[in-house]
Amino acid sequence: MVELPLSNDRRMKVDEFDSGKMLSHAARQAKQRGYDKFPIVDVDSHHYELESFNEILEYMPDPVLKQLALMANSGNSKGAGFMPGSVGYQDIGGRATRYPLRQIEKPDPGVQRDVSLTRRWMNAMGVDIAVLFPSPMLQLGLHPQVEAEVALAFAYNKWLYERVLCEEPRIRSMIYLPFNDPEASYRMVKEYAGKKGVSGFMITSVRFQPVHHNQYMKVYSAIEELGLPLAFHAGYNWGEQSMGMMNKFISVHALGFVWYNMVHMTNWVLNALPERFPKLKVLWIESGLAWLPFMIQRLDNEYMMRSSECPGLKKLPGEYITDMFYASQPMEMPRDMSLLEATFKCIKAESQLLYSSDYPHWDFDLPSTIYDLPFLKEKAKRDILGGNAVKLFKIETNGEKLAKVA
Amino acid sequence: MPEIFVAKASEFPDGDRRIIQHGAHDIGVFHWEGQFYAYANLCLHQGGPACEGLIMHQVENVLAPDKTLVGQKSSDTQVNFVCPWHGYEYDIKTGECAADRRLRLRKYNVVRRGEDIYVAI
Repeated sequence: MVELPLSNDRRMKVDEFDSGKMLSHAARQAKQRGYDKFPIVDVDSHHYELESFNEILEYMPDPVLKQLALMANSGNSKGAGFMPGSVGYQDIGGRATRYPLRQIEKPDPGVQRDVSLTRRWMNAMGVDIAVLFPSPMLQLGLHPQVEAEVALAFAYNKWLYERVLCEEPRIRSMIYLPFNDPEASYRMVKEYAGKKGVSGFMITSVRFQPVHHNQYMKVYSAIEELGLPLAFHAGYNWGEQSMGMMNKFISVHALGFVWYNMVHMTNWVLNALPERFPKLKVLWIESGLAWLPFMIQRLDNEYMMRSSECPGLKKLPGEYITDMFYASQPMEMPRDMSLLEATFKCIKAESQLLYSSDYPHWDFDLPSTIYDLPFLKEKAKRDILGGNAVKLFKIETNGEKLAKVA
Repeated sequence: MPEIFVAKASEFPDGDRRIIQHGAHDIGVFHWEGQFYAYANLCLHQGGPACEGLIMHQVENVLAPDKTLVGQKSSDTQVNFVCPWHGYEYDIKTGECAADRRLRLRKYNVVRRGEDIYVAI
């Protein structure tokens, strides 16, 4: 049982919580829209790694860091002191009830918790394959100790591979790269190349490393050789000086989740990395879509006047941007839908856009956010919901629907 | 107009709610400050169970006469129920979306017959 604090000092007691029941309306949508007829791939979903933190820490290679982390996770501290913390109110003061209530959600008997809970929401939404990412670790790039990011990345990835990816073929991941250490990132790519459930590699965007630095070139080369995508996963950082001017989480979230990807994309394109790694497929996650027409227009306009600063480019910046891939969530739903339609056209969404839910985070999107768009034809809907991801991740399917749509 | 039984009034305390389903109807019934209200349990955003979330007072700014911000408070008059999926808030007395009152949940009439509470569909 958990007691939630409400407005005016009221309290609400809750005895049980089940993601599947909470998502019963999503299951109804799946049935009504016929999701049993085509595959749905969710390219960005999450679990809460701190719920399994002691399991993860058993994989820590450094005994001293391991002891520090285990102690930091003991009692009620939940990793505080080892993980870079950040002020934030993702749960909207508990209004997104799954945040406070997941502590009383029970996994299926005998099934690892992360696997069990992930299966539960996947089946409710009709999702066949989910690419799973951590949550608090999205800010691990801010850890002041580079060796701590490396150690935790190695532990997390090994735990994820052995305890989750090898247990459930419907769950995949793009391996966390400890990007503050280029050599360690390179070793990570080599270690997980070709392993079960590994669909690519992921850089958490919240960090202060220039992606165009020469020290990263062999990392990109190694990923390009594998033929797997590289993803940048957005995040927020209220501790950054410019974000510190904002007094509300909505402000920090609205701008922060776009800001770091804007910086990395600008560096990526204007330093001609798409020309240097022409076969490397890049996926941008969790910045929504509205930033892309801005980026294309802004960079193209300036490039025409200052192309001497970008000698590596052979076409307009925007033309590289529309060759890259984008996860859909949190997809802005404007009052004027023609804006969204224009954005889809601008980014060649029918081939470059991949559905993502971001579940269970507060601003998750259901597959219906794509399926119900009035300006898409059925084939485009199905490609965005699954077909494009099947191609990008080279997922072998025999056409069998894996989610239980009842 | 058909009516669906919700609860005995004595078993439906003030501040509580009931979710009733009848055919295609999925309805949230609220008992708040002596009145009963009923709305479609279907969020206008992504179809979440709008009536199943927290009941929260509207958050309001407190401004001084010189327009400086003094702080925030819970409204004395407006109470919202909140869709648990994404936080869309609806005025418990009208079903209007607190963020955009042009949006409104379908409202059902609540009928009291003696001790019995019904919703007309």
